[in-house]
Amino acid sequence: MANGTVELTPAGRDSHAGHDPAATKVFGFWVYLMSDVILFATLFATYAVLSRNYAGGPSGKQLFDLRTVLLETAFLLTSSFTFGLAVLARNASRRDFLFISLGFTFALGIGFLGLEISEFARFVAAGDGPDRSAFISAFFALVGTHGLHVTVGLLWMVVLAWRIATGGLSAANRTRLALLGLFWHFLDVVWICVFSFVFLLGV
Amino acid sequence: MVHEQSGERGDGAESASLGSYLLGFALSIVMTAVPFALAIGQRLERTALVISVVVFAVAQIFVQLFFFLHLNSSGKWNRAALAYTALLVFILVGGSVWIMYHLNYNMMER
Repeated sequence: MANGTVELTPAGRDSHAGHDPAATKVFGFWVYLMSDVILFATLFATYAVLSRNYAGGPSGKQLFDLRTVLLETAFLLTSSFTFGLAVLARNASRRDFLFISLGFTFALGIGFLGLEISEFARFVAAGDGPDRSAFISAFFALVGTHGLHVTVGLLWMVVLAWRIATGGLSAANRTRLALLGLFWHFLDVVWICVFSFVFLLGV
Repeated sequence: MVHEQSGERGDGAESASLGSYLLGFALSIVMTAVPFALAIGQRLERTALVISVVVFAVAQIFVQLFFFLHLNSSGKWNRAALAYTALLVFILVGGSVWIMYHLNYNMMER
């Protein structure tokens, strides 16, 4: 019995299709992203339920500025594309193009975050902070959580750029770039839902 | 051994091309601009607007999944996890909206 196990193990491992460590890491990160989808789904459900509870405060129509929101969306969509360019630069092992496209992605992400923070600050300054109504609480929770994710993505981008600058395009750094790419494109997908369901249908 | 294999499928992004990124980017711009114009224009009645916005949002999610997240070149367990997550999202969001709508309806003063 023990002999059988010893003989089977090496052959079984070598023929195993999922042996590629990069693919395993990507799958693990994908499972994390799916759990993040559930987190956002609960926030969307909360928002959907509370989105008409104004408590005498402003509605989305009075609060939201669609031109700013469109600019935020343009920043995030374009940053998703420029991140794609960074992946292409990685595939071609061109570090110069990789840093340029990551730089553009980072700048667009900062632009998005700056617009979002200024919008939040405008709401709070007008007395329409999260404590104003259930609608605004749910809005800040949902959109703020997305903004927090973008912030983490930008920090990750800085750390990864530093690692590639010092350690080169090693196999580990290539995989890290792919993981950050999944994260960044995923945030784009969440923003599409925010843009459509919160802003477009909220005005 | 590991390094030789990493070019095969690895992280799903090795097969990406400039053409597919450009096409995905162009499609996502269109699918953002059209519902935005519809919402700004205020020409459609509410139900038609909601349906249009939802259709464009779902279409754009698929564009992002295939052109940017490379779902077609990733493993079948990635798709299985996504399908199950989609079911959970449907139950969470759909169920919450359904229950709370009827709660509001039944508690209205009539």
